[in-house]
Amino acid sequence: MRWIWIDRILELKRGAKLVALKNISAAEDVLHDHFAPAPGSAESAPQPPRPLMPHSLIIEGMAQTAGILVGHAGDFKEKVILAKIGKAVFDVAVQPRPGFTIRHSAEMVRYDASGASTSGVTELIDPATGEARKLADIELMFSHIDSNRSGLKFPKENFVFTEQFMHLIRNVEKLED
Amino acid sequence: MASYDDVFEKVQTVLEDALGVDKEEVTAEATLVGDLGAESIDFLDIVFRLEKAFNIKIQQSELFPDNVLTDPQYVQEGKVTDAGMAELRQRLPHTNLDAFDADRTVDSFPNVFTVDAIVKFVQSKL
Repeated sequence: MRWIWIDRILELKRGAKLVALKNISAAEDVLHDHFAPAPGSAESAPQPPRPLMPHSLIIEGMAQTAGILVGHAGDFKEKVILAKIGKAVFDVAVQPRPGFTIRHSAEMVRYDASGASTSGVTELIDPATGEARKLADIELMFSHIDSNRSGLKFPKENFVFTEQFMHLIRNVEKLED
Repeated sequence: MASYDDVFEKVQTVLEDALGVDKEEVTAEATLVGDLGAESIDFLDIVFRLEKAFNIKIQQSELFPDNVLTDPQYVQEGKVTDAGMAELRQRLPHTNLDAFDADRTVDSFPNVFTVDAIVKFVQSKL
């Protein structure tokens, strides 16, 4: 399994905004260990539980979306690490199931030498109808770890923005640099 | 200059949001690390949120000096030297360092960051 929770970058506006998509597939093993509560009432027949994309991995998808936005703003010279999830509020009535698409829209709130903060909205799109419903509000904070205050040293190479992310960047569909 | 109480109220909200604590816990005397459970990364978050809440610009090192306590000129055998105290007093004019001066161990330094110190710092920037 590859640790990449976005599939496409639709839009990138330098230092301002990045929009990414993630298709949820039943072929992803992780879904089969995580289920939505069985729908129905006490009177109805028990329903089999339905596989669901874990919210923690949806947050990771937003972190990758926003992390690329932050990394791109510094021309990928900084090692951008997710430092804090300031807020992650999900609508549990909107269930991220196989066959649906997640859209992460991340916006830069603040950026400086020490790090960045972002706010974002995650939506669930039904490809059958095109309808998009809000799934979550997610606010994140990133640290540029080479300028952290603890004095720790990290490897010289940029181990954050590996080839799998750079591949996504090279294929951005709408780029405003 | 904005009144202490007005600034305090907004700082309270900033710390509630940044540290996930209750309003009642955010008293003027409360220390960020000891009482409110702040970790190092929270300081960056607090700086970001203060800037937004008060529409001011803050260098992180203005509020939380980052290189004094790692400088051998200012720290010897885990204690801040006279030169180090002088440097801290100059860098942190909004912070009451008297109690720390009596102790001077590096490990107890985070306790100087009280809610009161943050409020006074913000007042000085407005």
